[in-house]
Amino acid sequence: MKTIIFKTASSYLLPLLLLFAIFILLRGHYLPGGGFVGGLIAAIAFVLHSFANGIERTRGIIKFHPGFLMPIGLSIALCSGLAPLLVGSPFMTGLWYHNPIPVIGMIGTALIFDIGVFLVVIGVVLTIIFTISETI
Amino acid sequence: MSLYDYLYYIILPILSVSILIIFVRFIKGPTLSDRVVALDLIITTGIGIIAVYSIHTNQPTFLDIAMILALIAFLGTVAFSYYLEKRERND
Repeated sequence: MKTIIFKTASSYLLPLLLLFAIFILLRGHYLPGGGFVGGLIAAIAFVLHSFANGIERTRGIIKFHPGFLMPIGLSIALCSGLAPLLVGSPFMTGLWYHNPIPVIGMIGTALIFDIGVFLVVIGVVLTIIFTISETI
Repeated sequence: MSLYDYLYYIILPILSVSILIIFVRFIKGPTLSDRVVALDLIITTGIGIIAVYSIHTNQPTFLDIAMILALIAFLGTVAFSYYLEKRERND
């Protein structure tokens, strides 16, 4: 669209929304949020940028096809499920590192699983939206 | 009259009646653009209701949900206007 207000706003909204998505992702274990909502917000950031500046420039920012995020995210989630097998617990047992880290909070396999979900959701939503916009 | 009574007996009824009035415009709306604006306004009023509810139940986490809803409503309006503009150019 040829509106200068929206174009200017979108270039500031993209980093802000990505930061908000990561905040939602990290907070998700005890409060509302998590990988799915965080991934949706990150995807919305890219979709808004593509509406304002055209899809080609958004593709230039992402640098690779967003569909590649799906297998990467799925394998991260699978690795977080397989990790407890190394210490002799059943598949997908939650393992937690006991000392909380200042900004991130508690580190555990649930967080790594959530990061996998985050990447999968970004990949799926961006693939769907880009495919729809190309056909119209 | 405390804040809770004020929210419960004045603000919430005003918001509910306004949602009904906006819904009439959503049903009647002569053009598609009127319906898009009415839908955006319904979601904005819903955000107001969520804010009132979060004060009433003393749960600040509901405000984040209102924020995400506002984001999605903005995306919806932008997408609708993008495709309306594209359709007019094609016709």
